[in-house]
Amino acid sequence: MILIWIVFIPLAGGLLAWVAVKHGTYAGRKNKLTARWISIAALAGDMILVLFLWLSGSHAVTIASGPWIAEISQPWLPSLGISFHLAMDGISMLLVFLTVFLGIAAVIASWTEIEEQVGFFHFNLMATLTGIIGVFVAVDLFLFYFFWELMLVPMYFLIALWGHEKRIYAAVKFFIFTQLSGLLMLASILGIYFIHGRETGIYTFDYFKLMGTTLESGTAFFLLLGFLAAFLVKLPAVPFHTWLPDAHAEAPTAGSVILAGLLLKTGGYGLLRFAVPLFPGASMQVAPIAMGLGVIGILYGAVLAFAQSDIKRLVAYTSVSHMGFVLLGIFVWNEKSLQGVIIQMLCHGISTGALFILAGALQERVHTREMQRLAGLWSVAPRMGGVWLFFALASLGLPGMGNFIGEFLILLGTYEVSLPMAAFAALGLILSTVYAVWMVQRVFFGANREGWRIPDLEAREVAVMTALIVIILWLGLYPQPCLDKAKEGLSSLQRITNVAPKVSSNDALWRQL
Amino acid sequence: MTTHDLTALLPFMILTGATVVIMLAIAIRRSHKLTFALALGAVILAFFSLLFGPARAPQGLTPLLVIDGYASFFIMLILLAGFFTLLFSYGYLEIHRENREEFYILLLSAILSSVILVSSVHFASFFLGLEILSVCLYALAAYIRMNEFSIEAGIKYLILAAFSSAFLIFGMALIYADLGSMEFSEIAAKMAAGPGMGSILLAGTVLVIVGLGFKLAVVPFHMWVADVYEGAPAPVSAFIATVSKGAVFAVLLRYFMQVDMSRSNALVIFFVCIAVASMFVGNLLALFQDNLKRLLAYSSIAHIGYLLVAFLASGVLRMTAVAFYLTAYFIMNLGAFGVVTILSGKERDADRLDDYRGLFFLRPWIAGVLTAMLLSLAGIPLTAGFIGKFYVLAAGIDSILWIPVLCLIVTSAMGLFYYLRVLIVLFTPLPGEAEAAGNLLPTGAFALAVLMILLVWLGVYPGPVLVAIGTIATLP
Repeated sequence: MILIWIVFIPLAGGLLAWVAVKHGTYAGRKNKLTARWISIAALAGDMILVLFLWLSGSHAVTIASGPWIAEISQPWLPSLGISFHLAMDGISMLLVFLTVFLGIAAVIASWTEIEEQVGFFHFNLMATLTGIIGVFVAVDLFLFYFFWELMLVPMYFLIALWGHEKRIYAAVKFFIFTQLSGLLMLASILGIYFIHGRETGIYTFDYFKLMGTTLESGTAFFLLLGFLAAFLVKLPAVPFHTWLPDAHAEAPTAGSVILAGLLLKTGGYGLLRFAVPLFPGASMQVAPIAMGLGVIGILYGAVLAFAQSDIKRLVAYTSVSHMGFVLLGIFVWNEKSLQGVIIQMLCHGISTGALFILAGALQERVHTREMQRLAGLWSVAPRMGGVWLFFALASLGLPGMGNFIGEFLILLGTYEVSLPMAAFAALGLILSTVYAVWMVQRVFFGANREGWRIPDLEAREVAVMTALIVIILWLGLYPQPCLDKAKEGLSSLQRITNVAPKVSSNDALWRQL
Repeated sequence: MTTHDLTALLPFMILTGATVVIMLAIAIRRSHKLTFALALGAVILAFFSLLFGPARAPQGLTPLLVIDGYASFFIMLILLAGFFTLLFSYGYLEIHRENREEFYILLLSAILSSVILVSSVHFASFFLGLEILSVCLYALAAYIRMNEFSIEAGIKYLILAAFSSAFLIFGMALIYADLGSMEFSEIAAKMAAGPGMGSILLAGTVLVIVGLGFKLAVVPFHMWVADVYEGAPAPVSAFIATVSKGAVFAVLLRYFMQVDMSRSNALVIFFVCIAVASMFVGNLLALFQDNLKRLLAYSSIAHIGYLLVAFLASGVLRMTAVAFYLTAYFIMNLGAFGVVTILSGKERDADRLDDYRGLFFLRPWIAGVLTAMLLSLAGIPLTAGFIGKFYVLAAGIDSILWIPVLCLIVTSAMGLFYYLRVLIVLFTPLPGEAEAAGNLLPTGAFALAVLMILLVWLGVYPGPVLVAIGTIATLP
């Protein structure tokens, strides 16, 4: 039952916030504040529930011989074998926690940025969060697809209505990319549904029941492609990433935070929870290609990030680079790499979310995202500069911060499977140093040629940043609690699939060198 | 004819009787309200006579008609759509200075003929129903006589529908010439006994499909549809989009559920081509439309294409998918055209996209309804359109129709583009203060509210409706 609350409290809060502000444009300041506070309250309530689950017993239910924290199952469309089945294990819980946490950060970050249609804005924000939380806890494939699609529409509105100059182009591109790939996944879901039904006579969309379906390798490969389409677009993996820089750059701050911090994670989560466990054999066949795409993403994203002049696009391309690590780690599929994937997803969510909040705060003050026009801001806004530097360092993977742990674990896991992959992926760390330091250098140092005079971060922003910094440091210095939470889930995923990627034979040669 | 037969015929008799009564009532005294109430009452009465009627078992009434579960389901659907069309028409006619009352006679006759269509099992009743429907629709499309576009729509529809009827009747004649029967079941039996499809039979069948294709506006027989939707009064466009197409589709499906089309490869390929072409052409033509009625017209071409994917499938899912998708299609088109109707002014219908700019700030509820309808047309979750599309996909994949299914997926993504364009317009703030246009009467508001509830209900909890479809809409 608690899972239903966790999923739907944000939606209810969003509706309430919408109702609280009657006619967006003409509403008074007080109404707008009400909407913001309602959203915060709803998310805080959600946070309490998640923390309650975190602290209470972690082996409450056993599904498919694995320990799960909470579960609820209600028949929904019994004639088709669709049920409203939610379940949460450690992996889901960490990601739901991240969702709620970044949700609060997003609401606070848009405190002064959004002045029009405030109620509707918060409704969309909260509806997106509902969809994302739903994706993280759904274990019925139909329900999963339902939530997967559900988060698109409000996200689309967030970009299209409150975004920047090219918002409509960006929003439509985002929507069409994700919807098309989502439909391909739906086709695959239906495919496995019918195959399982014909085999066993039980027509069901239940994840745990579908998991053991025996598939011919050719069929499994095509079905896997449908899932990969959805997840690789969302992740995004090169070459399906072209929607990302547009959507991230044009979205309002809260939209960028949610896109980069959370939406991308749904792709990684999907791969981890659905794509590989449902088609273990086929996944390991495509693993070398997927790992290759991951490495290409790491390098290509980093190089493109360096080439950007728009600060939000720069941060967007760093996401492509960092999510490349996630893709690599998932298809390496050993204990170290998967733990790294979890940490990487959490840290990327927080550090990139923070960078987008900072970029939004900067844009609100100087009304431009062009780095050519920015320089020497450290002297006028030292707090902003310091925080920015911190997250730039986190992003480049400085030891002591969470991102380092994530990338290090993934590289370690990759090394065990394929040395060349690990070697090329490690190059990404160098490239990320280049773009991250270069970004701070250009914006905050040098001579303040245009004579910018901007207010520094105010208390509200400092509070959000402090919380984000604390989490990054915690994950960097003492990640064990998180790893422990995710451990059971990860090991049961590994046990179920019981596979390892097939490494090419000349790999042994590499290792001898 | 027994009393049992007569009770089964009640919907037909109520609708016919009401038409006559309304004619007499007009002769005595012209009153818009009274006529409207009579027509509405007749539709409601017919609906309940069927709902609580005694006959559930297939009831053959003469060789021409049958009232079975399948017919009952589609008759109810048609009556519901007729009910909403009437509600929208009332508000629409209130602001137009025409003779309003005759509109209801024509509309009731059109509903009656659609009811005949879906319960026909014989070429004679089939053709009769189709012709009455067409004749009523010519007049309805041209009803606003002072508007040249309306006249144009009427004449275009007249010429093309007459033309397509000629194809249809020639096809029927060829089938009769070959098999010597006009009853669906006999045709099916004789065809099954024969050695396969001869060339005359195949030609006849294809001509029948061409004739019906015009009515369904599938590619390549779709040329008329945008002009007619645009010119016809908005409630009439709603009726053409839903009832007329739905009834024709129902009769097509009934015919091909008895006649096994998989006996002829050519026929299957013909249908696949029509489906694929409709999905692509419909969605492509809609991409850059600046006229909402035309946009909906092209999108309806695509939706019939999606329906054909389900139609091509086999097995139990075929019937459920078609019935559910048609239901969803009825709701979302009625809703979308209902909004157009309500916003329409005296001079012209609100069909330009500019008429919808910033609607969300002027009339949030109406904009909300239109948003929901468009999202449903695009197949987004929480709406009936999503479950419908899900069923169509499921039916297609179950029957391993990979090419049509992939086309459906690709074209739905294309379709998103233009639905989103309209949505953006709805939510784009107007530069200055603007007046809310249109004429929202309680009837229209009620209809929109009910449609909206149905849309969401079918999208969130379609279980009961699916069960109903499963029990009612099966052919023996």
